[in-house]
Amino acid sequence: MTSEPIPRPFAVLAACAAALFLLPLLGLLLRFPWTEAVGALTSPEILTAAGLSLVTSISATALSIVLGVPLAMVYARARFRGLRVVRALTTLPMVLPPVVGGVALLVAFGRRGIVGQFLDSVFGIRIPFTTAAAVLAATFVAMPFLVLTVEAGLRSMDRRYEEAARSLGAGRWMVFRRVTLPLVAPSLYAGAVLCWARALGEFGATITFAGNVPGSTQTLPLAVYLALETRPEAAIALSLVLLLLSLVVLVALRDRYLPTS
Amino acid sequence: MVLVVLLALASCGGGAPQSLTSSATAPPSGTITVFAASSLTDAFRGVGDELTGRYPGAHFIFNYGSSSTLATQIINGAPADVFASADDPSMKKVADAGLVQGSASVFAANRLHIAVAPGNPKAIASLADLARRDLVVVLAAPSVPAGRYALDALGKAGVALVPASQELDVRAVLNKVALGEADAGIVYVTDVTSAAGRVAGVDIPEQHQVVARYPVATLRDSRRGSLSSLFVEFLLGPDGQRVLASFGFTRP
Repeated sequence: MTSEPIPRPFAVLAACAAALFLLPLLGLLLRFPWTEAVGALTSPEILTAAGLSLVTSISATALSIVLGVPLAMVYARARFRGLRVVRALTTLPMVLPPVVGGVALLVAFGRRGIVGQFLDSVFGIRIPFTTAAAVLAATFVAMPFLVLTVEAGLRSMDRRYEEAARSLGAGRWMVFRRVTLPLVAPSLYAGAVLCWARALGEFGATITFAGNVPGSTQTLPLAVYLALETRPEAAIALSLVLLLLSLVVLVALRDRYLPTS
Repeated sequence: MVLVVLLALASCGGGAPQSLTSSATAPPSGTITVFAASSLTDAFRGVGDELTGRYPGAHFIFNYGSSSTLATQIINGAPADVFASADDPSMKKVADAGLVQGSASVFAANRLHIAVAPGNPKAIASLADLARRDLVVVLAAPSVPAGRYALDALGKAGVALVPASQELDVRAVLNKVALGEADAGIVYVTDVTSAAGRVAGVDIPEQHQVVARYPVATLRDSRRGSLSSLFVEFLLGPDGQRVLASFGFTRP
């Protein structure tokens, strides 16, 4: 494969675009506190935040799979009035500022929220400031990534396999489990990884809806933000760790985002 | 190349280039950026309006946040002309980095208040009440001035309390109470004043009170030195003190 000539202005602008992404990365590497990194990364509050981030992001991904796959199925196959509107509204969190999502969650599930006030008065359940709130916030912002990816997979799959299975006497559940699910597995996998990565990075909706509670809602991004004020070296070390984690996600999804030739 | 583009964009950030006040006779003009503690949000809007009313050519851009966050941003090169902090340690961080022009002056003081829902439905009367099990209490994070002051006050009152959340700045504490998510939070008197109607304040007695002192300084890298000084002098002068007092601040 030989390189085609690129017009000079394009080459310059492209170099600027690349630098925009590479310079911050370079900054993190150059300022990385090698000597203090181990201590900073293994301090109790960072380890607590890391553990909590794992719990909330995996829970959010699991919840997104359980709720999101059926939703994707509806979007790919059902036809009814208002479907497009509902689909657009459930996709909104992908482009919504996360803080707005947090405010929306508060007025829905907060103590005085339209649902939250009944949860409180009838069941005595209060969601804000709990790990459940952090999971809910992460699910709110991350699930659309899974739904859209799985929906695309469902739309592009070959329906004849399902029809063949059905004609051979398989029930709906059997067809879904043995035919549909294996066929959309690559989309489900990619959607789940994207969803998990988005959940892991969640900040705005979490701080607004779930607050900052060490051990129950203070996830890694919140810990990075607070550490920047008191222990900048810890914030830089953590940022690089999160960046490497994101790189792993990208490599895991390379077939989707890093096409070879 | 990239640097050129970024510098060009960065220089647009402060608004259109305007003439600097070069002599004492010319009216002050230009735009300066003031980094201010989030508890100053309403008072500084008043100060800015008053100054722009007097000097139509002068404009003020305010960047509010927790003082500790602002200090970190300034040390990392944020283009601020004036820094108004809610505590001495944050100002000291900036001064220690050699970024303060001259020295900082304390221009205001603030007292703590317990913010509760309007009408105080949970009958909260003192700091000791905040330890009640039936209450949801939020504080600012300990790394934020308001959070540290709150812990000092609770310490003086001998109250041990695990907050439901450690918010990132004092306005977030106020908002959690105003939204009804929290029953109480420790904020500044001025926050209760500015949210009148949405929250009520419960006084904290003198022996448990912690007085917040607000230092202000012009910054060494300010490109509008005279306008920055004017802003600081106004704050310290009688007119500035009058505006601050109307928002609940006291003299230092």
